[in-house]
Amino acid sequence: MISEKTREAFMGPLNKNNPVVVQILGICSALAVTVQLKPALVMGIAVTIIVALANVVISALRNTIPGRIRIIVQLVVVAALVTLVSGILKAFAYDVSVALSVYIGLIITNCILMGRLEAYAMSNGPLDSLLDGLGNGFGYMWILVVVAFVRELLGSGSLLGFRIIPESWYVANGGVYENCGMMVMPAMALILVGCVIWAHRALNKEEIK
Amino acid sequence: MEHMISLFVRSIFTDNMIFATFLGMCSYLAVSKNVKTSLGLGVAVTFVLLITLPVNYLLQVHVLDPMNLGYLSFILFIAVIAAIVQIVEMFVEKFSPSLYASLGIFLPLIAVNCAIMGASLFMQQRILMDPADPKAITGIGDALMYALGSGIGWLLAIVALAGIREKMEYNDVPKPLQGLGITFITVGLMAMAFMCFSGLNI
Repeated sequence: MISEKTREAFMGPLNKNNPVVVQILGICSALAVTVQLKPALVMGIAVTIIVALANVVISALRNTIPGRIRIIVQLVVVAALVTLVSGILKAFAYDVSVALSVYIGLIITNCILMGRLEAYAMSNGPLDSLLDGLGNGFGYMWILVVVAFVRELLGSGSLLGFRIIPESWYVANGGVYENCGMMVMPAMALILVGCVIWAHRALNKEEIK
Repeated sequence: MEHMISLFVRSIFTDNMIFATFLGMCSYLAVSKNVKTSLGLGVAVTFVLLITLPVNYLLQVHVLDPMNLGYLSFILFIAVIAAIVQIVEMFVEKFSPSLYASLGIFLPLIAVNCAIMGASLFMQQRILMDPADPKAITGIGDALMYALGSGIGWLLAIVALAGIREKMEYNDVPKPLQGLGITFITVGLMAMAFMCFSGLNI
């Protein structure tokens, strides 16, 4: 029922063509919003929605956009979508919007978007582009969730704001456990993403150069 | 004056774009294979920052704020950046073909470099800060200093990484970690080193 190409558009980005760990796109936000799980999830969902919608819009317009100004057209479409998402977040999830600060606005310059629009939506139909956008969005999201999971668990002892490590284990309460302060620092985000890439390449031998 | 110097030094070291806020990471990782090209990209980013930030500052303070059009800032900023990058590209091509030949491929890419957009968005936040805060941007001079400092910080980071990567060619890194993986871990260690500047005060 579903053609091979359509399937590949959705499944490829999840693993062997992952936007973050293979194509190195969208790194900035992947590193910055992963201190806690909740903002990382929201960021992943926001990027998925924006990349899917932008792909559909650009793909539908692809035959009418003049080649010379296509970058500007793409940027305007993306900027409009990001403005909408940012407004919706401010209205319904203000605390997350504060936690994400400028990184919501930076989705405009997220390389995943421009990369997918240029490489896929400009030459494929709207349905395939939608699946490609969703696939890339989810591919981006699962990396964010993995990194944020480790950082929040080890850095604050909680997940999604719920306490996982009991209070009584902490040194302050007479226990032996202490949070790893390094985990909430920017430096550890880089090292964790490095480790995710390491694991991914060890599992996918064909990625090794 | 003191505020400007403090802002300048802070934006190079304490609030370094790469190590503290991860801005412009994509091109940072992709173009840092050798020192010469990374220097070119660093100079180009600094240059574009120096022009776009004051323009965006003036737009924010004199156009968007008085007219309550804050929600248009994303579209306006990205349009300004894209237009200025285009103009800079044409000027450089006309007046310095040799510089154009060395920067050529990077210039158009800078339009979608998060460092430029990110600096504009951070500036937007900093305009709203209390003027006594060392991070606050209170005038066009501050905006210029912030742009220069951020650009130099970015340049410093990319040249340093390129130098390390050139040396690392000869190291025996585990196979799956080679290339991107070890680069990330190197940047992580560099970020840890830069954390030492966090107590810096002028």
